[in-house]
Amino acid sequence: MGAEFVSLSLTPIIIGVCVAIGCALPGNFLLLRSQSLIGDAISHVVLPGIVVAFLVTGAVATGPMLFGAASAALIAVLAIEVVRRLGRIETGAAMGVIFTAMFAVGVLLLEQSDTSGVHLDVEHALFGNLESLIWLDAKGWGSLLDPATLRTVPVELPRMMAALLLICIFIFIFWRPLGVSTFDEAYAKSVGIATSSLGLVLVFVSAIAAVAAFDAVGSIIVIAMFICPPAAARMMTNRLGHQIAWSVIFAAFAAIVGYFLAGYGPQWFGDFNSVSAAGMIATISGVILAITAMIGPCRKRTT
Amino acid sequence: MIDALLLQLGYNATLVTLGACLLGIAAGVAGTFLFLRKRALVSDAISHATLPGIALAFIVMVSFGGNGRSLFGLLFGAGVSAALGLLCLHWLTTRTRLGEDAAIGAVLSVFFGLGIVMLTIVQTMSVGQQAGLEGFLLGSTAGMLRGDALLLAVAASVVLSLVLFLRRPFELAAFDPAFAETSGWSLAWIDFAMMGIVLVVTVVGLKVVGLILIVALLIVPAVSARFWTDRSDGVILIAAILGGLSGYIGAALSAVAPALPTGPIIVLVGFAFFVMSLLFAPKRGVLASVLTHYQYQRQIHLRQGLLALAQGQPIYEALTRRLMFRAGLILPDGVATASGQAAAAKALLDENRWSIVRADQSFAAAATRYDGLTVIEEFLTPDQMNEVDGRIIAPRALF
Repeated sequence: MGAEFVSLSLTPIIIGVCVAIGCALPGNFLLLRSQSLIGDAISHVVLPGIVVAFLVTGAVATGPMLFGAASAALIAVLAIEVVRRLGRIETGAAMGVIFTAMFAVGVLLLEQSDTSGVHLDVEHALFGNLESLIWLDAKGWGSLLDPATLRTVPVELPRMMAALLLICIFIFIFWRPLGVSTFDEAYAKSVGIATSSLGLVLVFVSAIAAVAAFDAVGSIIVIAMFICPPAAARMMTNRLGHQIAWSVIFAAFAAIVGYFLAGYGPQWFGDFNSVSAAGMIATISGVILAITAMIGPCRKRTT
Repeated sequence: MIDALLLQLGYNATLVTLGACLLGIAAGVAGTFLFLRKRALVSDAISHATLPGIALAFIVMVSFGGNGRSLFGLLFGAGVSAALGLLCLHWLTTRTRLGEDAAIGAVLSVFFGLGIVMLTIVQTMSVGQQAGLEGFLLGSTAGMLRGDALLLAVAASVVLSLVLFLRRPFELAAFDPAFAETSGWSLAWIDFAMMGIVLVVTVVGLKVVGLILIVALLIVPAVSARFWTDRSDGVILIAAILGGLSGYIGAALSAVAPALPTGPIIVLVGFAFFVMSLLFAPKRGVLASVLTHYQYQRQIHLRQGLLALAQGQPIYEALTRRLMFRAGLILPDGVATASGQAAAAKALLDENRWSIVRADQSFAAAATRYDGLTVIEEFLTPDQMNEVDGRIIAPRALF
């Protein structure tokens, strides 16, 4: 755990933990509202948003890409709603139509345009590359206190931290209305909570989490973190506050353990190549879910 | 491109295109049942769950000394792990409190994550030809071997015949599960068979459409077909045609552009059909809805205008005046024409008749049809009409 750890592993781990918690927090409410797959849809449509932003600006710049991804997420949510209402079909099918079409557009644009020189391809969008977010200038733990070196941390770290902070503030401010409208929408309406706009804002906050995380870790971990930690937490408790606390613990645990297993696990088996950290984190979250689904105290449906 | 659509690009491309067409038909039919049963996104979990199986099959084949390129072996692995994913999904939804949507998301993300982990292991292996594995993500039909193309075409036609064979119980389960159970079908087994067929369609489609987008081939044709008709046979037939066309046109186009992955092209062709259905389908389409809306608006305006005429009130509303002028009921200055006077008198008479009908309990059934537009003669018998007319105390003569 010396200087090498700080420069090579510390930043990816912190980013991974921030991503995991940032996605798991709104994921709790999406899960309780049976909207889990919104996270799936959003993380697929982020790709065309980023590609279009790249084609328009011609550079891999953070601002336009985040903007493009966020608008794509918004367009997708609106399009799903339009298709659902016009066609009078269930949400799942409407989602399936919209996000696959948008993802297909993203892939074709990406393959057709000349992005060979830049860091943008479909595999990257799916798997991300958490391992590459290293902090080369760090010389050890002391660098954490050195402002000059701190300025050279990968840009994804402060961005993800900001997104996490935003999500925490949102949930803190809207704790009561969110909880009430999630469990009893009719009552929430009657006491004057604008439930439909609150639902839209929740989806938008989830989109922020997905977009900020996407660039660093790819879409698969985003979907896993939206769903698995909250689902596992749901097996542990019936109280909303406790569920969120459990989900944060599970998310952080999956991120840290997953990262270490991916980086160091293969060495224990005599293989010196590390495996995909994003994939491993998703796998660990699945293992946590499997364990809680088998022995969690509140795993059964109460009727 | 014309050559490709006419199957002039050689034996392999022709086989692949025909296979994709058959696959599209099978997916369209199977997807219709899935969609009508409201479980469309289960196929997304199934398709993502194939990835670890593909990678594991590759590793196993390589460690037994092969080069890991056998399509059959890879697809077999895909099928096994997809079945495992389906079992997990079933277990999560029945044995725990998780809803189906959360279970779908959990299965697809975790299996896909595991698959990625195994893909990175495969990439570091020094033996075998791992280059083709990425083709399973987005589909790639370029440079397919003849045996593989044959396998695809044969598998697609087998799936199609299976779907057609099991059509009847699927239809029952989709529309009336209770009736299906009482007539001796086991709903659990029908669902199981349905998932099995979706699984096979997914696995066969992996090489053509890729595991991320195969869900579109199952959902999009069914959703599009739903716009055109309310009859289940019709939905199945149209979904089959749209699915087949998507597969055929998409695969043919991709034969012209081998650098592009096949899956997105097929999906976008299907999506184009969807947009056309959404806009132009009779009755449920957007265009039809807009037309109906304007027609209704026009009727209401005319009706209100006629009543105003009959009661001798001036019409101020611009749209009403325009509509009535165009229908030849009034002159530009708002004075009624001869036909306008006749229509107005009739409208007022009908309104009086309706008010009598609505005030009388014995006409309760007919009174529910009152919406200001319904023609009263269509709902009352001539005898009833006479009775109603007899009760109009003093027909007001306004003209």
